[in-house]
Amino acid sequence: MYKTFSELKKELRKDIPQLKKIRVALLGDTATQFLNIALKGTACNEGFEFEIFEADFGQISRQILDPSSEYYEFKADYTIIFESSHKLLSQYYKSYNTQVSFAENKISYIEDLYRNIQSRTKSRVIYCNFPVINNQVFGNFSNKVESSFVFQLNKLNYLLSAEIAIKNDNFFIADLLSIQNKWGRDFMFSPSIYVNTEMVLSLDALPIVAHHITGIISSLEGKFKKCLILDLDNTTWGGIIGDDGLEKIQIGSLGIGKAFTEFQYWVKALQKRGIILAICSKNDEDKAKEPFEKHPDMVLKLDDIAVFVANWDNKADNIRKIQSILNIGFDSMVFLDDNPFERNIVRENLPEVCVPELPEDPAEYLEYLYGLNLFETASFSENDAERTKQYQVEAQRAVDLDSFTNVEDFLKSMAMISDVKPFDSFSKPRVSQLTQRSNQFNLRTVRYSEQDIESLMNSEKHYTFSFTLEDKYGDNGLICVIVLEKENQETLFINTWLMSCRVLKRGMEDFTLNTIVETARKNGYKYVVGEYLSTAKNQMVKDHYERLGFTEQDEKWILDVDHYESKQVYINNK
Amino acid sequence: MNKDEILAKLTGIFHDELDNDGIVLSFETTAEDVEEWDSLSHIQLIVAVEKAFGVRFTSSEIQSWNNVGEMIDCILAK
Repeated sequence: MYKTFSELKKELRKDIPQLKKIRVALLGDTATQFLNIALKGTACNEGFEFEIFEADFGQISRQILDPSSEYYEFKADYTIIFESSHKLLSQYYKSYNTQVSFAENKISYIEDLYRNIQSRTKSRVIYCNFPVINNQVFGNFSNKVESSFVFQLNKLNYLLSAEIAIKNDNFFIADLLSIQNKWGRDFMFSPSIYVNTEMVLSLDALPIVAHHITGIISSLEGKFKKCLILDLDNTTWGGIIGDDGLEKIQIGSLGIGKAFTEFQYWVKALQKRGIILAICSKNDEDKAKEPFEKHPDMVLKLDDIAVFVANWDNKADNIRKIQSILNIGFDSMVFLDDNPFERNIVRENLPEVCVPELPEDPAEYLEYLYGLNLFETASFSENDAERTKQYQVEAQRAVDLDSFTNVEDFLKSMAMISDVKPFDSFSKPRVSQLTQRSNQFNLRTVRYSEQDIESLMNSEKHYTFSFTLEDKYGDNGLICVIVLEKENQETLFINTWLMSCRVLKRGMEDFTLNTIVETARKNGYKYVVGEYLSTAKNQMVKDHYERLGFTEQDEKWILDVDHYESKQVYINNK
Repeated sequence: MNKDEILAKLTGIFHDELDNDGIVLSFETTAEDVEEWDSLSHIQLIVAVEKAFGVRFTSSEIQSWNNVGEMIDCILAK
């Protein structure tokens, strides 16, 4: 699945289409020219254009500590700091008397760098952790010697996560250690190239490292995988349910069955962390569902699946159907199927869907998939596990809507309740996540980190609202985010209006506008101003303000607060 | 494989790695003669040649060749 370094380099010589530009600073203590090229090429494939400032190597502290450095002049959106294990080892050798506190000293140095950056810029920091070098000075005994390099290196990697990453919203770790774990130290590092060029990453490792770092950036930019679509026969279990029958399919602890069971545990873990699962199988629906309902060794249950499609239509059409129910982009979907023919049909018809080339032997599925790192994410909140349920409920709602002749009656029957609140420390992670995930119903697509949300909470210039929506089918959770900004004495500007597409067509837009106008009135404003900034994905709200009765002026939309009549809604305040 | 066959195979590698099919190699060609052949792309070439011929160069060999002919001699000696 990975392109080679040469292919990535060639990518840069092609005519680059208009892509979103992102400013990235690359600071390393070894030569980073190749990493620079690999990052740019990988970004292109992901739909971004990286503009990279690459400091001369060994300049990390100078660039960051000096407020007038080229680094600060560049105004990076992201700062990648890449310190190598080799330089770390030589620092360690030289710190004769302080080896026992080496990791802690290094951590406070890194914290200091981070604080300097955060005090002067809004740049997010991506710090590469350290692939292990066991210098074998103590052999295995190093694990019992606190001052040994191996001990200090392990401690340093742990502290990077436990002391810095967990505690700082804008600090992210590029997990080079896990890349080394997966691909091996000899694969990742080439001594002769290091000696000749001061580069610590082999040419073969560069595309993988670049993929990981770019993955962090693109998920922070709102682009990541949200849905996993699974084939069943020989993908989710061994054998063919229609031919072999319930007793003969392979799953459980014996033989090849073990491979499928472990695969299912992995899929279930993804589901629990918020990945939506869908089934797309060529089968009769009742036969396809039977193992989920009756087989004792099935780890995945029907409850885990948001959309279940089993029929004899072609898979590209079925994936289109899944897409229309879930209302998410094709580029956020991954499709796993053991059959090369089906994979190619989907690739040809839906080139945006990610279709990994699964190995022939099911025993190798997991290791292969681990290597691809498909499910990068920039956030995690407790609600994520609830997502499947919400999509299932949505499917049920769609069925019920058909039985009402009149939409108003249907809306009344739903008994909708919304909890409207300013952002608080409980909603902070979810609000930040929604600003990063929402692409379609999002008027200006401003992305906020948790730290940004925190400053909005404390700002005198802003009014913030989060909305939940509950109805008789269940709780949708937090589904709408509003940020209002004081423009002047008379005018409130709608800095952010985004909504989850799950709650479309329920009058939530009207309910939200009522709330906005109420706030404006209460605080003495005369006008509410909205703006639509077009992206590749938010065409659905192009006419949003017009529909709600705003009038256009200088590419913005104005609403006169005094003449606004509250809209009829069927949602009540909690 | 004789020297000429290696030269032909090397030419293909140079075309591919340096992304220029116009490059013509002879035994006397040096880095000076090929615009795209700089110290960085030299590393790309080394890695590609190692893979194509199934050989490993030592770190001093990497910097020792004065022209393509010497590189070929080195491959032949492996």
